[in-house]
Amino acid sequence: MIQEFKKVIKSYVIGMLWLLGLLWPMLGIHPDGTLTFQKTVTVWSYIVAGSFVCLLIYVMKNSGALDFVAKPLAGVSSNLKSASNTLPTWVWIVVILVAACLYPQFTNRYATDVAINVLLYICLGLGLNVVVGLAGMLDLGYIAFYGVGAYTYALLNTVYGVGFWFSLPACALTACIAGCIVGYPTLRMRGDYLAIVTLGFGEIIRLILNNWMSVTNGPNGILGIDRISWFRFVFEDGMTFEHMWVKKLQLFYYFALGLAVFTAIGVNRLNYSRVGRAWESIREDETAAELMGVNTFIYKLLAYAMGAVFAGLAGAFFAARMKFVSPESFTFLESAMVLCMVVLGGMGSIPGIILGVMALIALPEVFREFEAYRMLVFGATMIIMMLFRPAGLIPAKRMGTRSEEKEG
Amino acid sequence: MTQPILELKNIHSGYGSIKALKGVSIRVMPGEVVAIIGANGAGKSTTLMTICGIIAAEQGEVWYDGRMINKVSPEKLPTLGLCQVPEGRRIFPRLSVEENLILGAFYRNDTEAIAKDIQHAYEMFPILGERCNQEGGTLSGGEQQMLAIARALMTKPKVLLLDEPSLGLAPIIVQQIFDIIERINKEDGTTILLVEQNANLALQAAARGYVMETGEISLEDDADALLNNPKIREAYLGE
Ligand SMILES: Nc1ncnc2c1ncn2[C@@H]1O[C@H](COP(=O)(O)OP(=O)(O)OP(=O)(O)O)[C@@H](O)[C@H]1O
Ligand SMILES: [Mg+2]
Repeated sequence: MIQEFKKVIKSYVIGMLWLLGLLWPMLGIHPDGTLTFQKTVTVWSYIVAGSFVCLLIYVMKNSGALDFVAKPLAGVSSNLKSASNTLPTWVWIVVILVAACLYPQFTNRYATDVAINVLLYICLGLGLNVVVGLAGMLDLGYIAFYGVGAYTYALLNTVYGVGFWFSLPACALTACIAGCIVGYPTLRMRGDYLAIVTLGFGEIIRLILNNWMSVTNGPNGILGIDRISWFRFVFEDGMTFEHMWVKKLQLFYYFALGLAVFTAIGVNRLNYSRVGRAWESIREDETAAELMGVNTFIYKLLAYAMGAVFAGLAGAFFAARMKFVSPESFTFLESAMVLCMVVLGGMGSIPGIILGVMALIALPEVFREFEAYRMLVFGATMIIMMLFRPAGLIPAKRMGTRSEEKEG
Repeated sequence: MTQPILELKNIHSGYGSIKALKGVSIRVMPGEVVAIIGANGAGKSTTLMTICGIIAAEQGEVWYDGRMINKVSPEKLPTLGLCQVPEGRRIFPRLSVEENLILGAFYRNDTEAIAKDIQHAYEMFPILGERCNQEGGTLSGGEQQMLAIARALMTKPKVLLLDEPSLGLAPIIVQQIFDIIERINKEDGTTILLVEQNANLALQAAARGYVMETGEISLEDDADALLNNPKIREAYLGE
């Protein structure tokens, strides 16, 4: 055990000193120019104490001193794993759907609000997954199509008075067209270049929204967008205002849930279709795919357009929920966030992405208590997650892959 | 006299300012095995890529099966029966062996025949059958080469272009691969254009051979004649 300890203690000490060096500028330098050490040292010593305990447990586990606890635990977890594997997938789906349906009945407005956010981001994540996870094209401007969908509904509604459900196909269509317009010139590039060009196009679309004053009202955004019009009739007679509000958010939750389920089914179908296979071959080796008779350009364009369609649909829901859109909601940061969700959750894996979205939306909410250090904790959590699960929370599972079976 | 099934007429092509091919003419008759040998960088791979339209020919014509295919886009060629096993195998590493094969049959719609052909591929390469659910990238080099050939066969080619099938393989595996190539040619009547560094092997398998040097065909003859040609023996057979 001492041996084990000696092996890790050096890198541990170096790591902790490095952390101290990192923490001090953040905690010890104040805006008025004064320098303090106390706070840094306090926070740092907490971290050292906590991580040292973890280190001790880790070393003891490795050297077998904890076998009496670890053995039964490992047994339990492997039992759980095999149980979860024997349960057919549809059972999981039903359980998750039922839980999702019951969720707003037992939670407050705030929690429902967060959940709606999660659902919309699930659509975005799954849509981006088509582009990044399946077709293997790194798209850094994806959020622009979300913006196109949102603005399409906002404009159709405020200018022409078109209702939500009639606007929805139009939103999908404009997003799709925007996807094709952006995709057509960019998809001849590969890899890093494609990423940079999509980043540029994403910004261009945002700048158009920001500067086309006469149509989009520029940075002020568009106000007074109608909600989803369906339940308006239903609740107009005799309901109190307050009651109606709660109901509305809950109802909206169910619509968003419907959209998320629709997207998940759609992406799943695409994944296992001929088209999905073509996308995967392009991701693996574009030239080889071409030699095997895959029309790479058309399929890449299709991937781009499909991703944009899902984003456009989600955008319409976003506009209907906020009743307000402005270019600020569609910055590069959002694109990066969605990409993080996809990568963190596991590229190409639908359950993984759902989990990734929940983690990235819910974590910042949970960490609200840390206030100023919220983002710091958030970043650290992400780094740790990627260290332990580099292929994502739930890596995409290829049917009966032998190499995985051996490991598992 | 029969028409050549594949013919290159004075092909020039390259990569931007680099001129890799400077007037290459090659004819391949139906049912024939033809070898192209040459040193590194002679332009052999470029020739195959130009045939497949991945690299556009700057000058000259590529004729296949009675039509000029310069302007035909690469993904149409498997439909016409022309398929390439590219250099370095280039299988789809994260797709399973079976999915790799299915992708070979991408343009085909006859589900049942595809299933049959997959079984046929497993008979021809039993190791692939054993590994059918394994990711392509985790196969050994030889297995990957077999997969690449099997994948190309799924397109039901009339003409198969093979780029250095012996690259990086142990002699015994190379022998296996060449036996298979012979079998494909004899049993299915598939025409084969074979690019090889291993001149000895290639010329034994082929009926005719072309020698390529810095983007040009320097010699064209029957395979036996090439094997006995003292110049060739010196330059490519290391004697
Ligand atoms: N993508 C590329 N960009 C620029 N030049 C290239 C490219 N690929 C090949 N070349 C050049 O074209 C020439 C012919 O290359 P090619 O790959 O056809 O040779 P090869 O005969 O197949 O050689 P080897 O036996 O080593 O595979 C070489 O000089 C090479 O440097
Ligand atoms: Mg080559």
